[in-house]
Order: sequence, then structure tokens, then C-alpha cells
Amino acid sequence: MNAVVRHRLFWPAVTLAGLLLLNLVFTDHFFSVQMKDGHLYGSLIDVVRFGAPLILVAAGMTLVIATGGIDLSVGSVVAIAGALACLRISDLDDQGSTGGVLAAIGVALALSLALGAWNGFLVAGAGIQPIVATLILMVAGRGLAQLVTDGQIITVNSAPYKLIGGGYWLTLPFGIIVVAAVLALTAFLTRRLALGLLIESVGGNAEASRLAGIRSRGLIVTVYAFCALCAGIAGLMISSNVSSADGNNAGLWIELDAILAVVIGGTSLAGGRFSLGGTVLGALIIQTLTTTIYSIGVPPETTLLFKALVVTVVCLVQSPAFRKKAFHRRARTASPRPAADEKVKVTA
Amino acid sequence: MSAALLAGRRRLARTIPRKYVPVLVTAGLFAAMFVAGGVRYRGFADGQVVLNVFVDNAFLLVVAVGMTFVILTGGIDLSVGSVVALSTMISATLLTGHGWPAPAVIALVLAVGAALGLAMGAIIHYFEIQPFIVTLAGMFLARGLCYTIGTESISITDPAFTALAQTKIRLGGGLWISPSVVVALVVVAVAAYVLHYTRLGRDVYAVGGSEQSALLMGLPVARTKIAVYTVSGFCSALGGVLLSFYMLSGYGLHAVGMELDAIAAVVIGGTLLTGGSGYLLGTVLGVLVLGLIQTIISFEGTLSSWWTKIFIGLLLFAFILLQRLIGARRR
Repeated sequence: MNAVVRHRLFWPAVTLAGLLLLNLVFTDHFFSVQMKDGHLYGSLIDVVRFGAPLILVAAGMTLVIATGGIDLSVGSVVAIAGALACLRISDLDDQGSTGGVLAAIGVALALSLALGAWNGFLVAGAGIQPIVATLILMVAGRGLAQLVTDGQIITVNSAPYKLIGGGYWLTLPFGIIVVAAVLALTAFLTRRLALGLLIESVGGNAEASRLAGIRSRGLIVTVYAFCALCAGIAGLMISSNVSSADGNNAGLWIELDAILAVVIGGTSLAGGRFSLGGTVLGALIIQTLTTTIYSIGVPPETTLLFKALVVTVVCLVQSPAFRKKAFHRRARTASPRPAADEKVKVTA
Repeated sequence: MSAALLAGRRRLARTIPRKYVPVLVTAGLFAAMFVAGGVRYRGFADGQVVLNVFVDNAFLLVVAVGMTFVILTGGIDLSVGSVVALSTMISATLLTGHGWPAPAVIALVLAVGAALGLAMGAIIHYFEIQPFIVTLAGMFLARGLCYTIGTESISITDPAFTALAQTKIRLGGGLWISPSVVVALVVVAVAAYVLHYTRLGRDVYAVGGSEQSALLMGLPVARTKIAVYTVSGFCSALGGVLLSFYMLSGYGLHAVGMELDAIAAVVIGGTLLTGGSGYLLGTVLGVLVLGLIQTIISFEGTLSSWWTKIFIGLLLFAFILLQRLIGARRR
């Protein structure tokens, strides 16, 4: 029992279960999944479907945070990828042609990769703090996205493009399949190969891992490029879902939600360890929260209040310092600042 | 790197202490931008253009001062934009909806901002949660409170507020500033005094330099960390009051993304985001540079507003690279 409570995915899982229980009580038919016209429908499917872009972005963010970094620019990359793809598709003679759409998607994803590599270069090559390095692209990228769309909203009418965010495949929404594929690939690469271990060692101590023979620079660039690629795919999904690209609002604040998802999932912002499963749980918590707020009839104006409350509670419960102070009041006098003591030992 | 260049740099470094270089570069950039604008555009090289930058950015200046305190300790405050919006919203509701007197409203708003900052600082310190996450939750909370108060824009008709909004303090020669600028400059002066001539200011730099060392030296780390977030909350609330003078309305969507402008201003001003190094004067110059970019783009006329963002991004890039160059040679 104790081992279950100590597991780092315990609290996120409890939160998600609590949210789902809330829905079981307050919402009728929340758990019913129906088959209509060969597609699966239901609130649970919707949660995963609308949460798909966030899960993708958060998965990329997890690896970046595992190296001890952070990527604030994902929201801008989301906007740029969507804008570029829609621009290319709107220039096609036949917007329905699969080849043209694939080319547009390829260009958008290639640009996302390049932007991610740029972030990685600033962090690993120029040695700039990740939060500042990606702040540059976060500010400038929003401007670039608006430059691409010329400040307008580009609408497209393309069946193949619509498939990514709004279509179905094998009875499931296509977005869910994409997310599952990316997650499976990431999990395989990081947990079945040594890559995950290398990433964690770079996050633990970049200099020590370099001395141990790990190419930390190349690894960091790869991780940022991967994060931007995930953001690019998410951007395609978001813009495809509404068949338009909005340089100003697409992916606005998604970086904050993604970082939140990672932290709720139990990955420390200090780096060195990560949990992809936790991140998926975290992203699902955020999306379920949004859905719950709508379904139990909390007025939409208070959505953010509710979110703030849940975030605070989840983060507090996960904080070892809080648990110590709240649950073991007597133990406090013995070791008032455990984390600080540990740090002293490490540095000494 | 050639020997001559290195020697030249050393000579330069001997005459100007290296810690002042980022601030001086920002100052040089501001001057260069002003001269370039004056050469290129008719009517640009006018004192009022500079004063207008102050008038249009007084609220950002106050918010950025608070942000400087937080960043100097190595933290970050993402909640400032929403606290600004919340302040305009509370002011507008109480003034227009409930007929409160202006001084009471201003006092309440400032207290709310400081209390929010205090709460965030306490959570950050005592529960050891990253500032990024705590202030992010604070950002959601403040924005959420705005929407709970009302989703529409509320205009302010209070005579005291409108009078303050319309007053022009004449400086002679056709130049004028608004009362908000005076408030902002007083805040800057007080903050500069606190940072450089009081114990709290020294503690802020010490905690930013190394929290561990500060703790071992017996400095009040807890008090300092909580104090900087309180200062930032207070400054955001004051910035919100100034913004309500400027806009004469309260709205939940005011000041969206202002935290980024404030952080950008602090970084352009040469303060390191890792904490422990930087000057308030740099932040002032950073705000002025951001304001001047907007002025230049409005003078240019044909450039669209998104170029502002691209320019700010490029400037951030240039400044951070510069800081790296200076920082790398210090080691």
C-alpha cells in the first residue's frame, strides 16, 4: 500500500480519478461511448481528442524539461506551423490534392524542426539559459506567424488537411492515432533504448555527462528540435480542426498548459528525471478539467479560477516540503529544511 | 581573436567597469535609435517624442520595476499582467458600480496586489514550489477573478480618475507629461534607493547570487524572497491603477502578455535572469527602448504591428548574446 502511495504517478492518477468521479456524479452519460456511422463518440473520446495537441506539446516539453531546460516558444511554433501549412494549401490550384497537402505539411514540419534546432543551438551552442533562449522565439515567433498570415485568418477548404484534426480513421479520431503513434515512438526511443537515460544524465549534470562521454550538445539540440516538431504537429491539428490559421491566437498560452501538464505529471522543472506517462496524465487532467467545468455547469467566466485552484492544490500535494509541514508537524523541528540540507551536502 | 583586439578590450574594460557595460550598451542603443529616428522621420527629434514614450509606458515602467526585484533574486513573476488587469477591473467596478471614493479604491487595489504577491511568495518559499508554476497559478487566479467580476469592459467616469487622466503637467517649451509619469519616476527613485542603499536591497542581490550562501551567511532569505514577490504584486497593482488612468476603463483582457514585455524590458536592461546582477536604470532604459520601437513603427506608418514583436525578439537575441560574451570572459 505504501509503495502505491509513494509511486510518483499516484497523486496525478488520484486527481484524474477524482475529476472523472465528479463527472460520474454530475454529468449524465459521461462514460458512455457510442458507435455512430462507424465512428466512436462520447465525452471520454472528446477529452482525448481535444486534448491531443496538448498531449503532443507536453510530450515534447517533457524531454526538454528532463534536460533541465524549458521551451517557451512552443505556442509560437504551433501558430507558425499552422499558418505556413494553410498558406501553402491556399496557394494550391486544387486544395483537395493529397500530394499538395503532404508537401505543405512537410514544409511546415521542416520549419518547426529548424526553429527547434535554433532553440537548441542557442541553449547548447551559445550557452544561453533555456528560458531566455526560447523567450526570443516566443516573442518573435508570434510576429513571424502574423507575418506569414499577413495579420489575417487564412481559411482553407481541403479534405485531406481536414483529416488531421477533424477526421476519423479506424473508428477513432485521427488526432488520437497520431498522438498514440508519437507517444509510442517516444516511449520506445527513450525507455527501450539508452536515449532516455542519456537525456536524464544531461539534465542531472550536463558537464559531468559530457565528461562521461555523452554528446550533450547534440542531444540537447535534438531534444529541442523534437519538442518543436511535436508543437508543429499540434499546430497542424489545431489549424486543421478549424480549417483556418490564426497567427495571433493559435496555440496562445499552450506553453503554459504544457509546462503545467509536465509538472502535474511529476517531472521536476530542475531536470534529470522524467515521466512520459505522468505527462500524459497531466495533460489529460487539464483537458478533463476544462471539459468538467463545461459539463457540470460552472460558469465559463470562472474556468480560470477553478484551474488556478486545482493547479495550486495538485502542486502543493506533490511538494515534499508541503507534505512534511502539513502531515508531520512534529517532525518539523528535527529537520526544518531537508531539501536545503541535501544541497549543502552535494556542493560540499 | 587577434591580440590587438583583446588588448583594446582590456583597455576598455579598465576604463569602464564591466558590470556597467550592459546598461551602457542599452543606453547607447536608445540614443542611436533616437538619432536614427530623428534623421529618418520629420518631427521625430523632439523632446515630446521621448516624453510620450514615458507617458505611454508609465504603467509598464512600474510593473518592470517590480519584475526587476523578482528577477534579481533569480525568480520570475508571470502573474503581473493579470494583476494589472485585475486592478483595472476592481477599480472600475468599485468606482462606477458602487460609487466608492477614488482614494479608498486605490488603497484597496494596492492592498489586493500586495496580498496576492505575499501569498505567492510565501508558497514559493515555504512549500518549495518553482516560482514559474506558482506565479502561473497566480496568473490564472487573477485573470479568473477578472472574468468573475465581469466579462465586459467597464468605463470609469469618476471625476478624480478622469482629472488625473487628462491633467498635463507642463514643463515649458510646449513639453508635458502626465501625472502617471511622475508616479512612475517616484517608484523608480524609491526602488533604486531600496536596492542600493538599504539592507533589503543587499539581501535581494545576495539571495540572487546564491541562495545557499545567503542562507549560510545568516541573511533573512525567507523574508527577502517573500518581500520581492510582495513588491512585484504591489508594483503590478500600481501599474494597474496607472493603466486605468490611461485607459479610463477596466477590462479582463487589459494587459494580456504584459509579463513578457516586463521580462523583455528587464533582460534588455542587462539584468541576468539567473539573478544577482543588474541595475534598475537598465530596466528603465529597457522600457524606453521597447517604447521607442513602437514609436518608430508608428512613425514608419507602413510597417504592421507584428514587426514590433519581431524587432523585440531580435533585440532580445542581440542583448543576450552580448551578455554571454561579457559573462563568458568573466569566468
